[in-house]
Order: sequence, then C-alpha cells, then structure tokens
Amino acid sequence: MEDFVMYFTIFVLSMFVGFEVITKVPPTLHTPLMSGSNAISGITIVGALISAGSGHSLLTTALGLIALVFATINVVGGFLVTHRMLEMFRRKD
Amino acid sequence: MEKVAVNLAYLLSASLFIFGLKGLSHPRTAVRGNMLGALGMLIAVVVTLLDKRIVDFSVIIAGLILGAIIGTFLALKVEMTAMPQLVAIFNGLGGGASTLVAGSALYESPSIDKLFLSASVASGIVGAVTFFGSMVAFGKLQGLINERPLRYPGEQVVKALFGLSALGLGAYLVASPENLGLYWLIVALSSVLGVLLTIAIGGADMPVVIALLNSYSGLAAAATGFVLQNNALIISGSLVGASGIILTNLMCKAMNRSLLNVLFGGFGEVAQTSEEDIYAGKVKATSPEEVALLLEGARRVVIVPGYGMAVAQAQYAVRDLYNLLESKSVEVEFAIHPVAGRMPGHMNVLLAEVDIPYEKMKELEEVNPTFEQTDVVIVIGANDVVNPLAQTDPKSPIAGMPVLEVWKAKTVVVIKRSLSPGFAGIPNPLFAMDNTLMLFADAKKAVQEIVNALKEG
Repeated sequence: MEDFVMYFTIFVLSMFVGFEVITKVPPTLHTPLMSGSNAISGITIVGALISAGSGHSLLTTALGLIALVFATINVVGGFLVTHRMLEMFRRKD
Repeated sequence: MEKVAVNLAYLLSASLFIFGLKGLSHPRTAVRGNMLGALGMLIAVVVTLLDKRIVDFSVIIAGLILGAIIGTFLALKVEMTAMPQLVAIFNGLGGGASTLVAGSALYESPSIDKLFLSASVASGIVGAVTFFGSMVAFGKLQGLINERPLRYPGEQVVKALFGLSALGLGAYLVASPENLGLYWLIVALSSVLGVLLTIAIGGADMPVVIALLNSYSGLAAAATGFVLQNNALIISGSLVGASGIILTNLMCKAMNRSLLNVLFGGFGEVAQTSEEDIYAGKVKATSPEEVALLLEGARRVVIVPGYGMAVAQAQYAVRDLYNLLESKSVEVEFAIHPVAGRMPGHMNVLLAEVDIPYEKMKELEEVNPTFEQTDVVIVIGANDVVNPLAQTDPKSPIAGMPVLEVWKAKTVVVIKRSLSPGFAGIPNPLFAMDNTLMLFADAKKAVQEIVNALKEG
C-alpha cells in the first residue's frame, strides 16, 4: 500500500510536469509533439527487455519478444520520424 | 547498491525526456530536444540490459534488430501526408507492448497485492483499446476501412457491455488472482471495445481520436510502470498521457464539441438544409487566369489549407505559388485551423516539408483579425472550418465552432472539386457569397495553373 502511494505520487506529479511543459508547445509543432511523445511512451521497452531475456518460461519469453518488437518499432521509428519532421521546421540559412 | 544505480539512471532518462519535451516549445530548439529524448531512451535501454535477471540475450538481440529495421524503414519511407497513419500505428504498438509486458509480468512474479493487480488490469484494458483502436484509425486514414462513422441501433449499449464486462472481469481477477487466464479474456474484450469505439468515428474527427490514443498509449505505459514498480515507466507514461490529454482538449475546443460528443455522438443525422436555396444562381465559377489577375493586384494574400491539400498532394504547387507571390513582394501568410487535416499540426508539417517558414503559419486567433486587410484568400481543400454558419446559425451542427473568417477579405477564391459538403454534411454559404469565386478543380492542378498564368501574365 505504501509503495503504491509513493508510485501514485510520482504519477500525479509527473502529470503536472507534463501539463506545464506541453502547454508551451506551439500548435505548429503538434504533429512532431505527438510522434515524439509517442516515442517516449515506448519506454515500456524496458519491461519488454526483461520479459524477453529472463528465460522464465516459453510463454513469458514469447510475450516479451512480441512486446520488444512492438516497443522497438515505436521507439526507433518514433524518434526518427520526429527528427525528420523537425529538420523541416529548422530555418534554412 | 546496484538497484540504486539503476534507478538513478532511470531518473536521468526521465529528466532527459522532460528536457526533450521542453525543447519542443520552439522550432529552433526542437531538434535538440528530440535528440535528448532519444538519448534518455538509449540510457534506459542500456541500463536495463545490465539487469542480472536477463539470462539470455539472443531473443533480445533478435527483437531489437527486427524492431529497429521495421521502425527505421517506416520512419524514413513515410510520406508527410501519411503522417497521421504512421502516428496511429506507433501509438498502437506502444499500447500493445504495454499490455503484453503487463501480462508477462503476471506470470513472472505473481503478485497478491490488489493495487498492483489493478494496475495490471488497467494496463491490459487501456493497452488493448489503444492497440486495436489505433489499427482501426490507421485503416480509416489509409482508406482500407470506410472513413464514415459506422452507426447501428443500440451501439452505445454494445460498447457499454464490452466495457463493463472487461471491468467486471478485472475486478474478479483482482479478487482471485489465481485465475491468470482471465487477463487474456479481459484483453480480448478490450480489443473488441477498441475496435467498436474507433469504427464509430468519422474521418474528420480523427485529430481527436489520434490525440486520445496518444494519451492512452502513455497511460498504458504508466500502468505497466505500476505493475513493474518502475519509475521510468510511470514518469514517461504520465508525461505522454498529459500531452495527449492537452491535445485532445485543444481539438475538441476547436470543434466546439465535448469529448463525449466526439466519441459517442458524432454529427448524427443532419437535417438536410436545402442546398438549392443557398447556392441557386449565386455561385460564381472562376478560372486560373482570373485568379492570377486578382493576385497580380493583391498586396496581402492568405492561403487556407485543408485536408484536400494533403489528399491532392498539392503542397509543392502551393510552395511554387508562395515563392512566386513573395518574389512579386506580395505578403503571403497561411491560416491554419487547429483541426485542419487528420491530426493536430498536420498542415504545418506539410508546409514545413516544402520549406514554408514557420513564421508564415498563423493560428486562428492570430489571423482572424487580419482578414479585413486581406485582398485575396485562397481556400484549398477546406470546407467546414471556413463555414460562416458556425457563427450565424445556432441550430447548425457546427454552431459555435471557431472558424476562419475568410469572408471578411476583399475576395475569396475557393479551390474545390464540387459543391459537395464537408464532413459536417452541411452546405457552406461562403460559396455563394458576393465576394467568393469558386475554382472547381483538383487542388494541385488548379494551383499549378494559377502559377503558370501568373508567370505568363
């Protein structure tokens, strides 16, 4: 219970940080914001790595592997495509 | 000690994500911001690979390589016009991964703690809805599934049944954790729910849906963070959750509709206002040459892009027009409605792709007061967002929606294939106004012909 409350505290405080930071993103960058934040939500890759590698059972390894492929596509593709878009917004000198 | 080091590394990752998102507050700092985010992710992955629970790296390497190849291919290959589809897929994969990780964790370390079990259930439901909702959104945006909302009698009851049974089973699983298989039943029910929720939503409401699914993918990651008791997931997930909520809210405001209305109401059956009365004898068609003449004499021109510009891939032609007018020292700006296109910021990306400076892309509040001093407005493939009925007819389905007041300009040129209504299914009196000229043509072809006429003239 205590543990849960601590994690919940972190969750709520991060939401506040998120609201503060993201309200400052101009509408022009909303698409890169979505793809970029989406890549960040691929953080679940951390859990997928452990599931895929812990060798607990065939089932968990298989679930971990699928999750890992999904999350890696999400992370690699997300950051890369965001970079591609943001480069376009950079002013040309 | 090792756990402390790992957690500190995760804290560093989370901080980098926050700095990264902060960097997105300006186009100049955005590229660096995104790189900071990627660096944070790299740190998180490397630190996790040092975890001593990992005994076998072969599966991991295979997964990483396969994922990286597919991700890179998608990111480099995608057309800017197809960005909403790609973001939908990525959202879905993130949500799906969270669901699978939470499921796997149930088997690896069965917990009897009811709160953490509830987090697993939350991850299962939200992640599955995200995955299948996103796949349907992708199908609609890609044209694989009919874009129109699928409506049937009793649809809300059906959705409620699936939602409530998923929640009910979830509560049961929390109470009796020995029935682990139930988790997959919950996931299955939520998957159907995800399909049902999204299939009922029409194409032009996609900006809201994509933003919402974006938020869900974050919340699913956060829920999985509770399951794994991992702060990196909780912090990053909630950041993304917050981001999605903000965007969802902005999109709903831009349509003057509540989220519930977008998700469950839709525009419904619109009473057919007689188009005859509005259009009969009042619509004036024009030609590219005539538009070129108008532009010759203009000092200030505002271009209003809509989804039609994306569909026709007209952004390159628009860039040529922009450059030509600028070279004739005509002031050109772009007026971008928040829900123009199929995702937040869709039009801005297309214009950035063709090197239009971002200072030229104006938001609704900023540009509306300037229409009175504008000589020519060119509307390219937009309809509902320039419909004056939003301000004049309180009974209209778009009543109260903020619109671009283009009719205040001296002349409005609307490039459109026909008089067919937009997503809201209502006629647009703008097309029949005295100062409006209709250029009936494909957007790309029309703009190219205007450019040619300007060059010759």
